[in-house]
Amino acid sequence: MNHTPNPAPEAEPPIPVMGSRKGFAAIRTRLFDSSARQKLLAFASLIVLVAFFGFASPEFLQMENVVSILQATAVNGVLAIASTFVIVTGGIDLSVGTLMTFCAVMSGVFLTNWGMPLWIGVLAAIGFGALSGSISGVLVAKLRIPPFIATLGMMMLLKGLSLVISGTRPIYFNDTPGFTSISQDSVIGAIIPALPIPNSVLILFVLAFLAAIALNKTLFGRYTFALGSNEEAIRLSGVNVDLWKIAVYASGGAICGIAGLLIASRLNSAQPALGQGYELDAIAAVVIGGTSLSGGTGTITGTMIGAFIMSVLVNGLRVMSVEQEWQIVVTGLIIIAAVYMDILRRSKQR
Amino acid sequence: MSETARHCGERAEPALVSISGLCKSFPGVRALDQCQFELLAGEVHALIGENGAGKSTLMKVLSGVYQKDAGEIRIDGRPVDIRDPRSARDLGIGIVHQELNLMNHLSAAQNIFIGREPRRAMGMFIDERELNRRAAAIFARMHLKLDPRTNVGRLTVAMQQMVEIAKALSFDSRVLIMDEPTAALNDAEIHDLFRIIRQLQSQGVGIVYISHKMDELREISSRVTVMRDGQYVATVPTATTPIETIIALMVGRELDMAQRRASVAAAEGEVALEVTGLTRGKTLRDVSFSVRKGEILGFAGLMGAGRTEVARAVFGADSIDAGEIRVHGRAVSIRSPQDAVRHRIGYLSEDRKQFGLATGMDVASNVVMPCLRTFTSFGLFLDKRRIDEAARGYVERLRIKTPSVRQQVRLLSGGNQQKIVIAKWLLRDCDILFFDEPTRGIDIGAKTEIYRLLDALAAQGKAIVMISSELPEVLRMSDRVLVMCEGRVTGELSREQASQEEIMRLATQRESTVFA
Repeated sequence: MNHTPNPAPEAEPPIPVMGSRKGFAAIRTRLFDSSARQKLLAFASLIVLVAFFGFASPEFLQMENVVSILQATAVNGVLAIASTFVIVTGGIDLSVGTLMTFCAVMSGVFLTNWGMPLWIGVLAAIGFGALSGSISGVLVAKLRIPPFIATLGMMMLLKGLSLVISGTRPIYFNDTPGFTSISQDSVIGAIIPALPIPNSVLILFVLAFLAAIALNKTLFGRYTFALGSNEEAIRLSGVNVDLWKIAVYASGGAICGIAGLLIASRLNSAQPALGQGYELDAIAAVVIGGTSLSGGTGTITGTMIGAFIMSVLVNGLRVMSVEQEWQIVVTGLIIIAAVYMDILRRSKQR
Repeated sequence: MSETARHCGERAEPALVSISGLCKSFPGVRALDQCQFELLAGEVHALIGENGAGKSTLMKVLSGVYQKDAGEIRIDGRPVDIRDPRSARDLGIGIVHQELNLMNHLSAAQNIFIGREPRRAMGMFIDERELNRRAAAIFARMHLKLDPRTNVGRLTVAMQQMVEIAKALSFDSRVLIMDEPTAALNDAEIHDLFRIIRQLQSQGVGIVYISHKMDELREISSRVTVMRDGQYVATVPTATTPIETIIALMVGRELDMAQRRASVAAAEGEVALEVTGLTRGKTLRDVSFSVRKGEILGFAGLMGAGRTEVARAVFGADSIDAGEIRVHGRAVSIRSPQDAVRHRIGYLSEDRKQFGLATGMDVASNVVMPCLRTFTSFGLFLDKRRIDEAARGYVERLRIKTPSVRQQVRLLSGGNQQKIVIAKWLLRDCDILFFDEPTRGIDIGAKTEIYRLLDALAAQGKAIVMISSELPEVLRMSDRVLVMCEGRVTGELSREQASQEEIMRLATQRESTVFA
C-alpha cells in the first residue's frame, strides 16, 4: 500500500483516461474483434448451411445445382445491394421490385416496340431506374415524405405504369438476339470451360465489388453512412444533405435498372405483373447481412452473404423435397433469428 | 448600452463581430427581441442568461443554423448575410454545439472532416490516411490522446465533446462559439480546454463562451454579456464586476448560492433503501450503501466512476451479477424498471431528452405517462379532462413555465423539462428517488428551484439519492456523501467531513495508486 506522494501543485494533473480504463489500444482491438466477428458469424452460418445441405443431399453440391443457386441469387442480390445504400441512410425503399419490372418494361419498349439497338435498351433500363430513384429521393428529401410512404407510393405507381405501358402483356425480346446473353451466356465459361458461371452472377459480383468501394472509399459512401448516423450533424457541417440523399435513392434506382435487365434477359421477356414482393426479399437479405434498419451501419459483404443465405436455403430445401410453402416459413424464421442474433451481439458489447 | 456604442465609434478597427437589432421568432415564442452583441478579435466574451434567455438562439443565428427575422450582423464592420452553416463557416465562424452533433457510427477523424474530406483520384475517393493525419495533428495540438480512427459512439461524453472542439478548431475559425463546452468535462479536461482557448485567443481568434458556471467565466473571459427573456441586458467587464451583480442582471433578483440546506434530523429516519455488494462486470464492484427516509445521499465522483451505473442497476435498467437490494428492510428482486417502480423507486435520468421525456408530446402526456392507467375511464379510454387537471396541478406546484399543458415539451427550456421529469415521478408517489445530474444544463435560477424541490421532497420523508458532478451542489444538498471511483465506493463522508478537497481525493483514489 505504497501511496505515491501527491505531485507538486504546479504539475499538470494527469488527464484521466476517458472512455475506457484499458486505454485506446484496447478499444481498437475490441472494435476490430466485434466487426470481424459479425461478418464471421454470417459467413459461418452460410458455410454451415451449405455443409448441411451438402451432406443431406448429394445433389446439392453438384456443379449444375451450384450454378443454379448462383443464378437464383443474381436478381435478389442486385436488388439487395440497391436496398443497402438506402437502408444505411436510415431509409427504406419498397419500390425496388416494381422499379426493376418497370425498367425491364421500358427496355422492352425501346428494343422491341421501337427497334432500337441493344445498348440503348440497356441505357434505358438504367436511366429510367435512376430517374425513378431520384423521384423517390426528391419525395423523401425535399417534400419530407417518410421513406416508407414515399416508396410505397412509388411501388404502386411503377407497378401501374408497367401494366399500362405494356398493355398488361409480356414484352418479348425475340427481335434482339443479343439480349438473353446479358444474363445467360457465360464469359467465364468461355475462358474456363470448367466454370460455366452465367454472366448474371459475374455482373452481381462486379456490382458488389463496385458498391463496396463506393460505400467505403468515396464521399458518396461516407455521406451515406453519415445520413443514417446523424442527419442533423452533417446538415450542420454544411453538407448538402438533400442532394446526397437524392443521389442515394437515384443510384439505388439505377442498380434496380440493372436487376431489371438481368431478370428480363433471363426470361427473354419483360413480365409487367412481376416484381411485387422482391423488395421484401431484398430487405431480408440486407438485414440478415447485419445492416441495421435504423441506419448508420452496413456492409455490402454482409448483404451478399445475406442474399446467398436466402437462396441456399430455398434451393437446399427444394433439393431435399421440402414443399415450397415450408420454404417460405423457414425463410421467415431465419430473418427473425438473424436480427435477434444481431441484437444480442450489440447488447453484449456494452 | 450607449457606452458600448460610443466605444465602438472610437475604435480605429471595427469589431470582429457586431450584432444589432436582431430579432427571431418561432411559432408562439419570441426568442430574440432587438438583441445586440459585440466580439473583438482575441477576446473571450462570455454570454450568459437563464435557460430560454436566447443565448443559444442568438449563436445559432450567428452560425447560420437559424435565419434572422430582422437586424444586422457585421463582420469586420461589413454587413453580412448568413444564410446557412456553410456561409457562416466561409465567414470564419465556427461553433461547438451544446448538444453533441456527432455521427456515432463514424470515426473521430471522419466526424471532424465531414463535408470537406481530403480526396484522391477524380475527387471521388476519400484520402483516409490524410484524413487521419490531419485529425491526429489537431489532437496533438490539443494534447489529446485519442486515436483518430476510434468510433465516436464508443467514446464518453467528455471525449465526444473534445472531438467537437477539435472539429471547430479544424476550420481555422476567426470566431469560435462554444455553447457550454465544459458541461460534461472534469477539472483536468476543463484545464486543458482553457489552455487551448488561451492559445487561440493569442492568435487573434474571438471566442464566444456560453456557460452557467460563474467561476469559469471569471477565469477565462474578459467581458460578459447578459441576456434575459430574449433581450440584451448589459455588457460588463468580468474582472471588476461582482458575481452577485451578474447573477442579479441575469435573473433580475439577488440569489444566495452558498446557502446550505437546513439541517434535518435525517439520521434518525428509517432505512428506506439498503444495497449491499452490488456488482456488475467491471463497472460496479461490491457497491454498498443505504439511504434513510428524509435523507439526501450525494453520489460524487468523476465521470465514468460508476455512479449512473449504480442507479441504473438498482432501478433494474441493467442486470447485475451479484448484490442484494432491501427496500424498507425487505429483500427484493428488481429485474426490470417495472419491478423498481412497483417498489416505489424512481430514476430521473441524466439525459432528459434520451431517457426521461417524450419531447415530441405535450406536457400533460409526459406528466401522466408513468401512471396512464389510472387516468382512463373503463380502463380503456383516456380521460383528457382529468389528465389535464392533474398536469395543471403539477405545473403550478413545481412552477413549470409553459403556456399550457398542451405545449410540446421540446419547446420548453431545460429547467422546465427537468421539472416535468420530476413531476412524472412525483405523480407515481415514489418513496425512493434517484436524481442523476438533476441540474445539468440548467441555469442558476432554475437550479435553485430544483434544490428547493429536493429539500421539500426530503422533508416529506422521501429518500433521495443525488448523483452530481458539481461539487458545490453535492456539498450544499447532501446529508451524506458517497464517493466513487472506478466502480468502487472509495469513501463515505458525513456532512461535516465533506469538503471539495476530501471528495476529490477519494474520487481520484485509483486502484493503480493503491497497489503501486
